[in-house]
Amino acid sequence: MPNLEHPAYPAATLLHLESLVPCRESQVSMLLSIFGERQQFSFPSIFIYGHTSSGKTYVMQTLLNTLQLPHVFVNCVEYFTSRLLLEEILIQLQSCSSETEQTSRVPCDNFNDFVRLFKQAVVSRELQDQTLYIVLDRAEQLREMEANILPAFLRLQELTDRNVTVVLLSEIVWELFRPNTGCFEPLTLYFPDYSIGHLQKILSQNHPPEYSADFYAAYINILLGVFYMVCRDLKELQHLAALNFSKYCEPVVRGEANERDTRKLWKNIEPHLKKAMQTVYLREISSSQWERLQRDDGEPGQLKGLSAHTHVELPYYSKFLLIAAYLASYNPVRTDKRFFLKHHGKIRKTNFMKKHEKTSNHLLGPKPFPLDRLLAILYSIVDNRVAPTANIFSQITSLVTLQLLSVVGHNDQLDGPRYKCTVSLDFIRAIARTVNFDIIKYLYDFL
Amino acid sequence: MSTCSVSKGCFVFKPSPKKRKLSQKTVNYFRERNNASEDTDVRFVTCQSLWNQIKLETEQIQEDLNKQLFDNLVSFLRQSHSEFQEKTTEWTCRMKSREIPTAALVLGVNVTDHDLTFRSLSEVLQNNITPYIALLEAKDCPGIKNLMQKLMGQLMNCYIDVDSLEDEDHMQVSQNKIRCSMTSIISWYQNVTKKTDSETPSKKRTSSSRHWQSPPVVVIFKDMESFTTKVLQDFIVISSQHIHELPLVLVFGIATSPMIIHSLLPHSVSSLLCIELFQSLSCKEHLSTIIDKLLLTAQFPFKLGEKVLQVLINIFLYHDFSVQNFIKGFQLCIVEHFYSQPLSVLCCPLVDAKKRVNSLSHDQCENIRRLPSFRRYVENQASEKQILLLTADNFLKEITQKLLEDLYVYHENYVSVLRCLHVFTSSLPKYPLGKQIRELHCACLENRVWETEEYESSLQLARMLNKSDLVTMLQQCVEIFVSSSGKEFDKTIEKLKEFLTQFQELEVAEAFQEQDGSVSAQKELQKKTDLYHLQKTLLELKESRRSKKLTKFEMLRFEVVDYVDSLVRTYLVPADHKTLHEIMYFNTASVLRGHLNAAPRVALHTALNNPYCYLKNQALKSDGGNISNKAPDICIVYKLHLECGRLINLVDWLEAFSTVVTAVEGPNTDAASSDQVDDIIHARFIRAVSELELLGFIKPSKQKTDHVARLTWGGC
Repeated sequence: MPNLEHPAYPAATLLHLESLVPCRESQVSMLLSIFGERQQFSFPSIFIYGHTSSGKTYVMQTLLNTLQLPHVFVNCVEYFTSRLLLEEILIQLQSCSSETEQTSRVPCDNFNDFVRLFKQAVVSRELQDQTLYIVLDRAEQLREMEANILPAFLRLQELTDRNVTVVLLSEIVWELFRPNTGCFEPLTLYFPDYSIGHLQKILSQNHPPEYSADFYAAYINILLGVFYMVCRDLKELQHLAALNFSKYCEPVVRGEANERDTRKLWKNIEPHLKKAMQTVYLREISSSQWERLQRDDGEPGQLKGLSAHTHVELPYYSKFLLIAAYLASYNPVRTDKRFFLKHHGKIRKTNFMKKHEKTSNHLLGPKPFPLDRLLAILYSIVDNRVAPTANIFSQITSLVTLQLLSVVGHNDQLDGPRYKCTVSLDFIRAIARTVNFDIIKYLYDFL
Repeated sequence: MSTCSVSKGCFVFKPSPKKRKLSQKTVNYFRERNNASEDTDVRFVTCQSLWNQIKLETEQIQEDLNKQLFDNLVSFLRQSHSEFQEKTTEWTCRMKSREIPTAALVLGVNVTDHDLTFRSLSEVLQNNITPYIALLEAKDCPGIKNLMQKLMGQLMNCYIDVDSLEDEDHMQVSQNKIRCSMTSIISWYQNVTKKTDSETPSKKRTSSSRHWQSPPVVVIFKDMESFTTKVLQDFIVISSQHIHELPLVLVFGIATSPMIIHSLLPHSVSSLLCIELFQSLSCKEHLSTIIDKLLLTAQFPFKLGEKVLQVLINIFLYHDFSVQNFIKGFQLCIVEHFYSQPLSVLCCPLVDAKKRVNSLSHDQCENIRRLPSFRRYVENQASEKQILLLTADNFLKEITQKLLEDLYVYHENYVSVLRCLHVFTSSLPKYPLGKQIRELHCACLENRVWETEEYESSLQLARMLNKSDLVTMLQQCVEIFVSSSGKEFDKTIEKLKEFLTQFQELEVAEAFQEQDGSVSAQKELQKKTDLYHLQKTLLELKESRRSKKLTKFEMLRFEVVDYVDSLVRTYLVPADHKTLHEIMYFNTASVLRGHLNAAPRVALHTALNNPYCYLKNQALKSDGGNISNKAPDICIVYKLHLECGRLINLVDWLEAFSTVVTAVEGPNTDAASSDQVDDIIHARFIRAVSELELLGFIKPSKQKTDHVARLTWGGC
């Protein structure tokens, strides 16, 4: 018995639609009932939200395409200014409908023009008898455009006086959209995450032609067992499934096991998938490298991932500048005397520190420091005399462009610039080791 | 004329520099300081030709070093869109999400060198893969809009480059109208590729011989670290949606570590990429090669003195890691040498130098006589010869020719022996003479290397080398000498080969001996079972071992080391002990340091603290701490402010200032003016203080009224 029923559309089409959108039948039937029949006016704006890859875009696209409803589909990330966005909608409106020659592009600077041009386009197409759908994917981008764009889209039906429905797709909730000045409230619709059963069902649907559906379903089952904990992204899972399937089939191809020998197949694939989780899933190595490894039967150990290359080689004084910056960022100012003066006397940590300093500075993060303090520390930690040459100052700027330091406040502030050190403890320890500097001895937190 | 801009506007087109005119000007500059008798023109020409040679050489080196990296990149780019070419419909290809192929190019922190690398990279790609390359810099792309504009501008321009010129006007017009979005890039791309398909067959062949039907579009992010996260994310998200229509390849130029990708991009975005890592050669290795090919060779007559080389290397190692800067510094040395040393006219290949010696003017001969090294030489000669050298120009020229020849031979030998010594020292534990050949080179240039402690200890260590190491080193040395151009090394090679054969003989002999020795010792031990006797024999064995005569191997080893030592003593004499070394060697490190490692703060401090240093006015010559009232006001104010703390009271400062200024006139001024500051002095003070503020020494403070904050501390 088909779940989807609607008097306006033929049953065969609906059946086909249903097969295309597994696990989203209830949402689709809901949408269909909101849409109504082709000529009927629908709700002016619909807001659909749900987590990444919960099928929002896919469902909308298949729905509109299979039922052959007139629509415009725009991604708001791609058309990053309101002008681009509006023009794109008009272009799609012109091109998708009439198969006539490309009309010259009309500039559309603001929403007022858009409404006017939109009316023209709809009239010229004689589309009044059908609802036109404008789908705005990644609608959260609309908030960064001019303030009137979002409210205007929400009541486009009213503004243009045409049979049009705007559908907004987003990953965040409507509450974060609502402008201060108030606006027309759209109909919100939530797409829940796919459950593990759903994922299993959807992923097993597209099995390779050479193998049976059961065989592939068993594979998906194993795959989900490994990856479901860390990744519920359908696209990513599908990608991983395709990447590792050839390895799964290996025993079968070699004739060591038949398709029903699930245990043997599991033993073969499980460690492989775990390795994939640590490498290719994190994009430590690329998918093509992974495939090459699989083909050559190599060990992934021999291919170093991106995070294995943490070592950064720096010029000698840059290293010391970075160390000085780190010390300045993580030590309280008062302790400089104790660390860098020769006859500082013995100061015990317990009675030396104030109440708020009892928490570790490393937990609080780096603090900004002025340039002078950086240089003062630099002069006292470098053994030989450092001349304050232009090179030293340019090195500080280089460290900023390398994102190892960051400027606090305005970039163009020339008097008394302040910096922060943004590197991690491990990184600075590795740097300090190369210049034989025991940084732990100089850090207040480790006193 | 075309621009890469997509917007309308007024563009300045600088005329392409006229080479001739420029060089003429520089000649004049050369001439300015020196009188014409000192061959300025010849010197300038020599300098130019030498620099051109060196430039070619460095470019060649760079190319060779990058070859491996570029080959890898090119093959990666070839593969990256092979699926796009074949349009496979296989199941796996359909199921896999299409990732954007991305090359993470780790180039090291020497950002100044990257430009050249990227330029040659884009050249290589243009020749091998695709005409569609866009180079993006972070400073041009603060937002996604600017990025797209820049990208489109560069892509469409390169299209013009490929196509014939007649289309240019047409493109120019349409460019201004085109919307900067991905769709327009895609339609442009389809247009372009379609056009190449439908071109006339003859034309098509030429284009397809280099590129495919649908060449990838390569977008290079020059400085990944400086891009804002949002721009990168948006761009990647947008382009990943169109990867099916537009075969895009990204290249990330990374200066620090590839970890930056993960810290800049969230997982949802980085999962759209298919990142492969490429690492360029480290800049230190690059420098070693440059030094090897430019300095440790007899090919170029120009040489760097020890101090100058040390300055250049220090700047490299301590400050910037930039090979380009090193080469620039080297260029500066060349120019400075030819500019300041009149005798540098002889700093050219030997054949030319000999000819030039003959045509030297009398002034130049006098210049030669004035050279310290030549004077030393003269002092060691017999008295008649001394007179001849100092009076007869012709005799001097003859001798000079001979001396120059000596110098050339010395260079040739020096390099080979230095390499040979490096073979020994580079394998010693703890590297007493340095790991790199450049350190050894500096040590040898500085003074007699065999008199240093490090040399002594390295010889000690060399005397403890084992046989196999020693043999391989000797073989390496033989290779070095064979390939060297020096003529005196036939004997050396023979000697070394002799050592090698002796070692081989030893091996055979030892095998016999060892068997005998061990067996006999064993037997003796077995014979004496008595404890007392056993002890005695063991003691005896020990004694004999201590005072034992050296084995044959040890003897030979000593011989080898001594021989190497003798080579060093004959050939690695420091250059400044050689006569006429001033002609070839540039040794004024202070000039170089002043140019390359400027200390603006120190200079400013000297200028303000000791104005005599720059103004050269006798009245300003001060004997130390006291403040002269003849100095410019700003100097007085500066000196006074040095005595203050972080916050300076303006009233006190003004009083001190007026005291100093009126100090000398003091006796004859009346008492009335002492408590009331003169208006003129007041104005002078205000001007000086604002000048100090302009220079960045103080700034107005809001913490206390009538106070300014000091921005500097310490002496400089």
